[in-house]
Amino acid sequence: MSATAEIRSAIASTARPPRPSRVSQALTFGWRGMLKVKHVPEQLLDVTVTPVMFVLLFTYLFGGAISGSTDDYLQYILPGTLVMSVLFTTVYSGVAVNTDLTKGVVDRFRSMPVWRPAPLLGALLGDSVRYLVAGTVIIVLGVILGFDPEAGIGGVLLALALVVAFAFALSWVFTTLGLLLRSPQAVMNAGFMAIFPLTFLSNVFVDPETLPSALEAFVNVNPISILTDATRGLMAGDAAAQDVLIVLAVGVVLTAIFAPLTTRLYRKA
Amino acid sequence: MPPQSALAIEANGLVKSFRSTRAVDGVDLAVRTGSVYGVLGPNGAGKTTTIRMLATLIRPDEGSARVLGHDIEREADAVRAAVSLTGQLASVDEDLTGRENLILLGRLLGLRRAAAKARAAELLEAFGLEEAAGRLVKHYSGGMRRRLDIAASLVVTPALMFLDEPTTGLDPRSRNQVWDIVRALVAEGTTILLCTQYLEEADQLAEGIAVIDHGKVIAEGTPAQLKGSVGGSSLQVRLLDPSDRPEAERLLARHLGAVHLEPDPAALSAQCADADRAADAIAELARSGVRIADFSVGQPSLDEVFLALTGHAAEDSSEPAEEERVA
Repeated sequence: MSATAEIRSAIASTARPPRPSRVSQALTFGWRGMLKVKHVPEQLLDVTVTPVMFVLLFTYLFGGAISGSTDDYLQYILPGTLVMSVLFTTVYSGVAVNTDLTKGVVDRFRSMPVWRPAPLLGALLGDSVRYLVAGTVIIVLGVILGFDPEAGIGGVLLALALVVAFAFALSWVFTTLGLLLRSPQAVMNAGFMAIFPLTFLSNVFVDPETLPSALEAFVNVNPISILTDATRGLMAGDAAAQDVLIVLAVGVVLTAIFAPLTTRLYRKA
Repeated sequence: MPPQSALAIEANGLVKSFRSTRAVDGVDLAVRTGSVYGVLGPNGAGKTTTIRMLATLIRPDEGSARVLGHDIEREADAVRAAVSLTGQLASVDEDLTGRENLILLGRLLGLRRAAAKARAAELLEAFGLEEAAGRLVKHYSGGMRRRLDIAASLVVTPALMFLDEPTTGLDPRSRNQVWDIVRALVAEGTTILLCTQYLEEADQLAEGIAVIDHGKVIAEGTPAQLKGSVGGSSLQVRLLDPSDRPEAERLLARHLGAVHLEPDPAALSAQCADADRAADAIAELARSGVRIADFSVGQPSLDEVFLALTGHAAEDSSEPAEEERVA
């Protein structure tokens, strides 16, 4: 332990700097998220191994049965797997917020003069990088296996951007859940209980026209179906503008409802 | 500009309930600017809840408080801009390194990247954490974590600092280090609200103490006044030669209060109002040829203070689960 004099001089030497912008604060929290990945890179296994497994499983297990050939099915399933894998990853954002709350550091953040939504917004920006990683893994693997998007790299990047943007919006739902439930396990269970059926009752795996009519009606209005349509469209170069707009609108509505709700809950938690 | 006041904290009738428990039940505090003020009480007495209200983490159900002249509810942001919190759970990010923690906080407070790095390095050096700077905080010892926690509160020097049980669970050496840090802070003019379970800690550091029990302030005063209310300290003496004991008893009785003969035939103890009088008594024993093996002046423990003030020992009342959230 150094001399008290050193501490005194360290304490005496600061003037309070001007408050940073809200964007800068959120980005600082995003940096915090990145540092955690740097220290525990295993975290990325969730977002890399699972998607690889999904692509291989669905393509080779169901491809022959559903489309007659695994190669044809890959063209259909790959954008769907992209949507599914990235959306599954959003549940972890809620788990992470819940885990964070059990630690004392949140008290420090909340006792500091920072923009209230900054810690959450930053965390989700950091998570968006994870979504990008998951999405990239799937696309690269797909291309290796023979996925051949007609719209080329531009279309694929647009599709990836749309999926990540929607995932960002959806993750606010799970951060809300993360602040309402008691434990990370509860968040995980409730999150997957919601996202699992929603994803399966969509056009990710099968053409809805093969479904019973009541189910087909549901599948057709499921935003995940519309997102999947838009993703396929962007990759194939024939996206319906309407689909893309609906996806973006749903994203804006989710964010408008759940971002303020999350912020409110975070302040009180 | 906030109204200048000689009081850094003025709390009036703060009340906070969790479910059916009144964790804080009408607490008044007046803390002079530039002083260390101790809030002394057992686990679950309401210390942490009081700090959390004053640090704007939770809102009081009733009552009001001004911190550095700012209302904790209406001007919460102004309060946050001037205070630092070192919570009972270490308020640092365990999954980052010590250096990263300090840089993160510096950036959040508005330091530019280079300035935040330089400030982190300066604090790590001052707090003896240079070698551990690149290690994850979860691998730190309790004492190192506490030091980092306090350093984290000083990235930008606060006008007022909340310290919640800064030495609970620390070994004596680490505890002394933390005490030295607190003294250095006060010497630089920082006001400190210190929550502690240890009378000795409050006595060492604080100018005023509020004793809190079941959410209420049950006594307030200087450390000397509080110790006085329990009858001061006690001098324990063990003699080299038991046959000296009658002589020692006579001398101690003349200088100090009631003398008690211990089961050990060479030991005796005496009540004393303060350490000076005990020193005089020891000197008197030495002058008259009574040889002393060892002696100590003990402080009344929190238990003794509580016994004297409340008639019951300081029990751990069941802490209402503040961290718990409604499912």
